[in-house]
Amino acid sequence: MSGLPPTGDSGAKSAAKNLTDLLDVRAGQPADLLLRRATLLDPVAGIDGVHDLVIRGGRIAEIAAPGEADANGGEELDAEGLHAFPAFFDPHVHLRTPGQEHKEDVETGTRAAAAGGYCGIIAMANTSPPVSTAADVAALREQARAGASVPVGFVATVTVDMKGEELTEMVELRDAGAIGFSDDGLPIRNARIMRRALQYQQLCGGNIALHEEDPDLSGDGVMHEGAVSAAIGLAGVPSVSESTMIARDAALAAYEDARIHVQHLSAKESVDVVRAAKAAGVRISAEASPHHLCLTDEEVRSLDPRRFKMNPPLRHESDRQALIAALRDGTIECIATDHAPHHLDEKEVPYEQAAMGVTGLETAFAALHTELVLPGVIDLALLVERLAGGAAPFDVPRPTLAVGSEANVALCDLAAEWTVGEDGYESRSSNSWAEGRTLTGRVLVTVAAGQVAFRLRSFSLGVA
Amino acid sequence: MRNLLGIEEVDRDAMEAILERAESFAEVGRRDIKKVPTLRGRTVVTLFYESSTRTSSSFELAAKRLSADLVSVKAAGSSVDKGESLKDTVATLSAYDPAAIVIRHPYAGAAQMVAGWTSAAVVNAGDGKHEHPSQALLDVYTLRRKLGSLEGKRIWIVGDVLHSRVARSNLIAFRRMGAEVTLCGPPTLIPRGIEELGCEVTYSLDRLEEADVVYALRMQLERMKDSFVPSLREYAATFQIDTRRLGPRQLLMHPGPVNRGVEISGEVIDSPQSLIGEQVAAGLVVRMAILYELLAGRPASPAAFGDGPAAEAAAPTIGQPA
Repeated sequence: MSGLPPTGDSGAKSAAKNLTDLLDVRAGQPADLLLRRATLLDPVAGIDGVHDLVIRGGRIAEIAAPGEADANGGEELDAEGLHAFPAFFDPHVHLRTPGQEHKEDVETGTRAAAAGGYCGIIAMANTSPPVSTAADVAALREQARAGASVPVGFVATVTVDMKGEELTEMVELRDAGAIGFSDDGLPIRNARIMRRALQYQQLCGGNIALHEEDPDLSGDGVMHEGAVSAAIGLAGVPSVSESTMIARDAALAAYEDARIHVQHLSAKESVDVVRAAKAAGVRISAEASPHHLCLTDEEVRSLDPRRFKMNPPLRHESDRQALIAALRDGTIECIATDHAPHHLDEKEVPYEQAAMGVTGLETAFAALHTELVLPGVIDLALLVERLAGGAAPFDVPRPTLAVGSEANVALCDLAAEWTVGEDGYESRSSNSWAEGRTLTGRVLVTVAAGQVAFRLRSFSLGVA
Repeated sequence: MRNLLGIEEVDRDAMEAILERAESFAEVGRRDIKKVPTLRGRTVVTLFYESSTRTSSSFELAAKRLSADLVSVKAAGSSVDKGESLKDTVATLSAYDPAAIVIRHPYAGAAQMVAGWTSAAVVNAGDGKHEHPSQALLDVYTLRRKLGSLEGKRIWIVGDVLHSRVARSNLIAFRRMGAEVTLCGPPTLIPRGIEELGCEVTYSLDRLEEADVVYALRMQLERMKDSFVPSLREYAATFQIDTRRLGPRQLLMHPGPVNRGVEISGEVIDSPQSLIGEQVAAGLVVRMAILYELLAGRPASPAAFGDGPAAEAAAPTIGQPA
């Protein structure tokens, strides 16, 4: 393959119209579907109201007055009382392949994504071995074309094998199709290496997604440092472990006029740094996870690592409120699950010894709908917008219901109640932070890149 | 009470019950024959993943004084060395149908997890930096014998609070018994936010004279390496409890083992104000009381045979409807 011209974020890549221009998915039958009398909501496209939505040949063919559209031989679903949203996009997922397929792989991870209403995900590179070469990226893309239910993009590591010592061959990795770069799981400790990566971005394009943490400040911490960690005797990770690194990298990005994406914001101090950087014109985007938006460190009193141990840790209620405020004002433009499957063997051990991370793809929408929308903390429209907001930082076209676009639709029943874990998981792992919770709102059908990627088993097809 | 996992979940009445029971065992301890048949035929397992002198020996002796059969497992030299998980080790030991498992583990929450995997009563003999409930109970016992009541007494806990499960459990227990607690040590060794547990925090010994009881914590020698303190010499100069700082009416306690000349000076250890010896003696009777409270009122498992009337009654007899 020949080298792409320098793209930055305004080159050929950002001209993509369809998810599959940049991401890989198993090719299947293009959907022909009529969603009869669905309540459509696409805040970005300005679509809101009860309509018939027609998907033909995998594209949004028509939005008609309720009861007016013709199925034209396609399948018709009675969607009265159901909501159709642009399907969601998750820029932060761990598919665990290669090397840890006992936790997850492309097939199970993308099935989990489809079940959660996602039409696209970005897989992290902290596999074993990490995704550090063009051959690694090519092999993963091949796997996605063979077995992914929804389109997947793969980031490559910033530094070789995530050792933080030397840069990967970033140009070649981009040529091989890496959607961007990240050493997620580990921070880039060395500021000089970080600066070099930002300089190299001018040549190869692609956003750099950052796990921001100062390992010296985190030390042996396993939870948020505060009154709860003091009370239960667990070593704490101070909020400034995150915010000081964001401040460093925002300064470097400003200096190099580079672009960075801050992963899993957890602390109020971090929100303040990102907000100030944006105000100063730094090209910085940020994500927050459903668990950080719904839970606090109070949960850790249970000492249950399966549901409540992750990095960054669950923080104080004031941090959670700061994240919600940032979600509202756009300081945080997207919700990312940081879906991190782990085998039970690594979770059925004392808290300090347990692996960090929780799954989230299958519960993100329902959990946030239950915890934030129903109590009136945020609007449904904001949730829908932010759940798809993870596409833009990686130059992926935003999923939309607009006529003429590739069909990426999540059909949801906002009144359906279900208990997480009751019917198992599509993911190979069961370390869901929401395990056992009763949630309101459920994804019934997901159309991703024009194909039906998921259909809830108990959802009967109400052919009129 | 089914398990003793943390002092946090033991209310004042339950604490009083254990302390009163301990008093009666102290009585037994003054007899020539110090053994009672209470737990005859039942099995107590002690499972220690960390080194211990006082806690392990006093739990073992407590079980023997109550006539229980004792299996004592130390992680070093056991299958743990071969990589066996805590869950599998507990499953293995549970096959002996023990009445109680006493566990010490370097990580918080271990005892609680074990309680989820076994039908035996679980006693937390120290889990990481989390809790050490039997230590808190024996310290309350020791102080009550000396002071009558902890109500309104001012207790200073001095030293490395950050790494101390004893500090946490004792803070909770002392407060529950009506005492006022002040934590004192260098800022690096006082966990941020601990005052929310309802104690005062100070970084100086200047007001130590206010204390009725001074509870010194062990200063681990390796703390210097992580820059928690610049040097043990400076630490001792600033925070050591010595004859200059300890007033004549103040009581001195320490959970042991002591680093003589670091957190407390040799002279005060050996002074009549020191309760360190009483604490060790209290450890035995309080741990007998803990095992008694957990097991005596609880029927032996039906799976065990020849184990007293409860088991016989539970055993199905042929010809009778189940």
